[in-house]
Amino acid sequence: MVYLTRKAEFSASHYYHNPEFTPEENQRIFGKCNNPHGHGHNYTLEVTVKGAVDSRSGFVVDLKQLKDIMNREVLDAMDHRFLNREVPEFKDSIPTTENLAISIWRRLQPKLSVAQLHRVRVYETPDLFVDYYGEA
Amino acid sequence: MKAYLTRRYWFSASHRLHCEGMSEDENQAVYGKCNNPHGHGHNYALEVTVAGQVDPRTGMVCNLADLDRFVQEKILERFGHQNLNTLSDFQGVVPTTENLCVAVYGILEREFRHAGVDKIRVEETMLNSFEYAGGREIRY
Repeated sequence: MVYLTRKAEFSASHYYHNPEFTPEENQRIFGKCNNPHGHGHNYTLEVTVKGAVDSRSGFVVDLKQLKDIMNREVLDAMDHRFLNREVPEFKDSIPTTENLAISIWRRLQPKLSVAQLHRVRVYETPDLFVDYYGEA
Repeated sequence: MKAYLTRRYWFSASHRLHCEGMSEDENQAVYGKCNNPHGHGHNYALEVTVAGQVDPRTGMVCNLADLDRFVQEKILERFGHQNLNTLSDFQGVVPTTENLCVAVYGILEREFRHAGVDKIRVEETMLNSFEYAGGREIRY
């Protein structure tokens, strides 16, 4: 089993708000992230897949295929977008880094036929990242 | 849905690697320059990984403000700009980065209530790093 990681970068804006909380609760829990006009990050995405090395190609996965899937399923939907308003799953859930990692896993997992998805890592900043391994 | 959240912090501290149970020659042989009796310092990078179910109301494993406040008060203020050998954590324990990882893990495990600690990672320099997950295998 060999693990292969592909990186991508995207920039997007978001804000944190739960309509079930009072304005005071939203402010207390989410602080500056509650600004309804949003704020942005340069996100770094790392997608790790695992699999046996194909004896003919020497690949775990065709990197171009993986890159195309990441572009189509994730970057086309999220890059230079306001996540709360333009990405359907964040109409009902808060686009935290945790939920972003879960959302990206769910977008990629059904599309990856060749290799097995191992981990989705999302850096919101160089000092903060979230890992999601799916539900065991 | 279980997620793992990692936050990166920095602190600077000095230490001397010296084991009371070894002779001077042994200490010198084992620790080399790190055995200098006056100590020396590092800029440590600390990565704290906490894990847990994502709260559906907040979308978070734990509130980052709670984690930052805890690490600032209980870890960065405790170890930052200190000589590690003088601290209670390192009486009879050599302040290697291995033992520093174990000490930091213990503080989070005992006192942090907002999420479970999964792993501590410390970079002593840009060339070496150490990880501790409470004795569990580390998940990559």
